[in-house]
Amino acid sequence: MTLIGGRSSSQGTSLCASKFGDEYVEVSSTVEMNVEDMARLGLKNNDRVRLRSADGEIVVRCKGRAAKDLPSGLLFIAYGPLSSALMGGDTAGSGMPLSKNIDVQVDPVSEGVEE
Amino acid sequence: MSANTHVIRDATCTFCGCVCDDMHLTVDDDTHKIVKAENACVLGRAWFKEHGIEERPYALIDGAEASTQEAIEAAAQILANARYPIIYGLSDTTCEAQREAVAIADAIGGTIDTTTSVCHGPSGMAFQGVGESTATLGEMRNRADLLIFWGGNPAESHPRLFTRYTVTAKGMYVPNGKKDRTVVLVDVRRTPSAAVADIFVQVKPRRDFEVLWALRALVKGRHVDPCIEQLTGVSLATLQDLAARMKACRFGVLLFGMGLTMTRGRHFNSGALLALASDLNEYTHFVAKPVRGHGNVTGADNVVSWQTGFPFGVNLSRGYPRFNPGEFTTVDVLSRGEADAAMIIAADPASNFPQPAIEHLRRIPVIALDPKSTHTSRLAKVAITTATYGISVGGTVYRMDDVPLTLRPALPSPYPSDQSVLKRMKERVRELIGGNRMPPMDRVAVAA
Repeated sequence: MTLIGGRSSSQGTSLCASKFGDEYVEVSSTVEMNVEDMARLGLKNNDRVRLRSADGEIVVRCKGRAAKDLPSGLLFIAYGPLSSALMGGDTAGSGMPLSKNIDVQVDPVSEGVEE
Repeated sequence: MSANTHVIRDATCTFCGCVCDDMHLTVDDDTHKIVKAENACVLGRAWFKEHGIEERPYALIDGAEASTQEAIEAAAQILANARYPIIYGLSDTTCEAQREAVAIADAIGGTIDTTTSVCHGPSGMAFQGVGESTATLGEMRNRADLLIFWGGNPAESHPRLFTRYTVTAKGMYVPNGKKDRTVVLVDVRRTPSAAVADIFVQVKPRRDFEVLWALRALVKGRHVDPCIEQLTGVSLATLQDLAARMKACRFGVLLFGMGLTMTRGRHFNSGALLALASDLNEYTHFVAKPVRGHGNVTGADNVVSWQTGFPFGVNLSRGYPRFNPGEFTTVDVLSRGEADAAMIIAADPASNFPQPAIEHLRRIPVIALDPKSTHTSRLAKVAITTATYGISVGGTVYRMDDVPLTLRPALPSPYPSDQSVLKRMKERVRELIGGNRMPPMDRVAVAA
């Protein structure tokens, strides 16, 4: 699937308080996913998923979004330390690492499994 | 709220690049907090509410509390002894502080880079290649009858861009606000910004360049094959309609976000959009402008450009400035493990950089200046608490349209400004080095 990192209102307001606060941590560790993709993967809201890119992997909670808002195959996550962990250091001579449209593999993570 | 309050009128919010300068702030003098921010958006309200005076150490050196002066001395020693230091950040501080940072980079023969390199740096490269047909937000407000937002979500990142400057704002030649304008949103997903759009164009990820190039062709009357829809997700009919609207409008605007710069194509995407805007000036008046994130990231571009001739990613180790994105930009310098010291001012690369860069930051001495505790300040050898610009520090910032604005601080802070810390650091570094560092080639010649 393709992961887009970006801003959100709650990410913006919570980072003003603290990047170590509960709200920011929660906002930046939740991935939005098309509800049909979630059903196909047997996922429901707040289930844990592992996102694996060529450069790293993270475990986050998932949240469903209607197909009209988020097309199948796309994921959205608010910028934060977790989304950065999936980025590579190669900027192709531009200075800019690829921060949007990162190819990731998505796997459900069973509750109770330590990460 | 206590009875002991005062109001600062027409203060400036520095959360985002809109830099709205019509804030009326109510300050509670007993709790040292801003308790009301009239005219602020949801982000501005959080910005003012959460930047009261916190009790934090003035500085930390290796995790132990220290005075600001002791931290400046430790930082100056690190910078004076480094062989390939980098200074990075600068988008959330004043132009006056940015000038001091450039002077330090010059003195130590280091690299200076700003958060632009991981924001609209690719657009900065495209400006140099293509040029920029531009306008202020005031011109857009008063004249624009076609607004195209491309690869951005201002409803969540810059809420007042819609209400104060563009979509719903009433202007001289668009007296009925939104009724007189056509609003188009181009993005890979339907964001909350789509609610204000008359036309939403959904592009497949990584296909912005192809859509922009097809629009250029259509504007010039060239043939575009209908298979463009298979490739980009956008039908030829939609593109033809958009091209026709662009040519027919009186004053068109392309406002673009990091949906173009942070994905495949980077500066080619920005360049294609800027070229499209230029092309359209054969038919009507058309401008393009990047939507900038941080409150003074535009100031950072301007100040670094005044001082060095280049906007970001500048190396001064030869005694004159060299600009080379990919070589002197911070992600690259750190990911390749090159820098032997870093000073981070008002930014948090330890939170938002790729892992190889963060790992290198953990290996070298880092100096951090920030009003808040951040991932970067927590890994820093020297962390200096500074006052928040715009709230406790006056000075100059640049709005995203390159208009400079003067800050009107509301809340006195016990912490020093970035500018005062950097000025003292600059003076101490120069003392330690004995002026500006000589370029390495000259040193080799002297030694020989």
